[in-house]
Amino acid sequence: MSEKVLMKGNEALAEAAIIAGCRHYFGYPITPQTEVAAYMAKRMPKIGGTFLQAESEIAAINMVYGVSSTGHRVMTSSSSPGISLKGEGLSYLAGSDLPALVINVQRGGPGLGGIQPSQSDYFQATKGGAHGDFHMIVLAPASVQEMADLTVKGFELADKYRMTSMVLADGTMGQMMEPVSLEYDIKPAPEKPWATTGTKMQREHNIINSLSLVPEELERLNIERYKRYDEVEKNEVMYEEYMMDDAEICIAAFGIAARVSKNAITEARRQGIKAGMIRPITLWPFPKAPFKKAAKSVKQFISVELSMGQMIEDVRLATECRVPVTLCNRVGGMIPSPEMVLEAIKEAAKNGGAR
Amino acid sequence: MVVFEKPHALTDVPMHYCPGCTHGIVHRLVAEVIDELGIEGKTVGIAPVGCSVMAYNYFNCDMIEAAHGRAPAVATGVKRAEPDNIVFTYQGDGDLASIGTAETVHSAARNENITVIFINNAIYGMTGGQMAPTSLPGQVTQTSPYGRDVKLCGYPVKVCEMLSQLDGPEYLERVAVNNVKNIKNAKKAIKKAFQNQIDGKGFSLVEVISSCPTNWGLTPQNALKWIDEKMIPYYPLGVYKDRSAAKEETK
Repeated sequence: MSEKVLMKGNEALAEAAIIAGCRHYFGYPITPQTEVAAYMAKRMPKIGGTFLQAESEIAAINMVYGVSSTGHRVMTSSSSPGISLKGEGLSYLAGSDLPALVINVQRGGPGLGGIQPSQSDYFQATKGGAHGDFHMIVLAPASVQEMADLTVKGFELADKYRMTSMVLADGTMGQMMEPVSLEYDIKPAPEKPWATTGTKMQREHNIINSLSLVPEELERLNIERYKRYDEVEKNEVMYEEYMMDDAEICIAAFGIAARVSKNAITEARRQGIKAGMIRPITLWPFPKAPFKKAAKSVKQFISVELSMGQMIEDVRLATECRVPVTLCNRVGGMIPSPEMVLEAIKEAAKNGGAR
Repeated sequence: MVVFEKPHALTDVPMHYCPGCTHGIVHRLVAEVIDELGIEGKTVGIAPVGCSVMAYNYFNCDMIEAAHGRAPAVATGVKRAEPDNIVFTYQGDGDLASIGTAETVHSAARNENITVIFINNAIYGMTGGQMAPTSLPGQVTQTSPYGRDVKLCGYPVKVCEMLSQLDGPEYLERVAVNNVKNIKNAKKAIKKAFQNQIDGKGFSLVEVISSCPTNWGLTPQNALKWIDEKMIPYYPLGVYKDRSAAKEETK
């Protein structure tokens, strides 16, 4: 068995990125993800990597764009308001088919919001996040171990599909400490013949570009990109099912909301209520199949979220509104308690799934 | 005997620039310099958003198209990841001195070892002639139809003067391409800006006073005259910073 060390989520994530071969980090200070930058600032100079505190979030994501153009693994991290600023870069990365890893340790919004945990950037992350038709692969960790594991996975998927992976964590995942194992079998990154590192006078020049003024051509590029997205949906969906075998009440939750919900489910089961949970690990692609399947036997779904109800829309779509989906939520940096989730489960059981 | 030929660093793609536009001249000067320094195979160029957005089609070296104003940040990423590459940005005034001011100032402050070619023609060309950060006081444009009123929209940004106040940058020079003598000086400056990068000296920016006959509403010839009469008096040509030369003098 591999050795476990006690680490903060943000630091485990940063070390995992280095293990995955990332040698270039660009960021801008923002709470609650500061430990990622601080960790990189210490580590990168010692391993011949780049740590650069950019003048803005916009500059940071464009530095990422530059490094990615050269084919190297690269990342940036921020928190909600900073991710909005990076939106421009996210769209350009998508338009130029460049791989990158972006971390969002979410805090409450909108605007400057607060600095406590939130999941209210779900729409932004899963529905594109900026102008144009595009997706990012969105990974939602629910433990410090997953903060590290999904970072490694994020780099691999980004390279495989030439797109941005986003680790959508929340302030809790970033700040809490848990034992982690950081032993990975890192596969070498794929060849990147498209990279712009000089022609060496051996080939035609490579061009990294998102401009396409001929509508037919731009349409073709969009359709081709979406074929790639179809592959991601087919191959890369990840989720966890918890006590779903005989569940009548199904909780949908990710990140810290899933951790809280597990406690509530344990108590509900003790009280004789058949509750279970589907925890999406990839928020995009959303695990539609397990929800669709569960909709045949479950009487009611409860979406437990740290938002005003964002993922609930995907749950309703995946279940085709066959059974009621209710919302159990806290916002603004508040976290639903296990008791609150238990009450929602009991209420659902009492109603027998009635709307 | 061949006495004149296209630089190898330029492609055969026909350029889309308007008649009388001086972008073509500056492209050629950059390409000649790349040829003469023998660096085409390791050069990576960053194109802006604006008239020269399609510069990626015109240079034979590897090229990257950046978001509006972000070329120095993209160049920073490329240079940090591949320090042996020669990295240049080619940007207009809207790109470099308005939406990308922060990226310009901070890449200069960091003395990022890159070469910046800055085309100042005092107008947004691509979008049809709007007021630029460098439009002259009183200049009539689509968005300053009564002339640029400095009380309403402030004064032009003098990039070389502004950056020269920073400790960071290695070399800042303003040149023009409206006559043979100026074009020769411009080439010297561009060559120095690339040589500086090869020598590891750091951030080198050449501001090139250029013409936009289409949006200035002038004939190509009169546009070149307008550079002498209006642009150069407001934007004096010359070296604004040359740290290595200054060091030599103090020795």
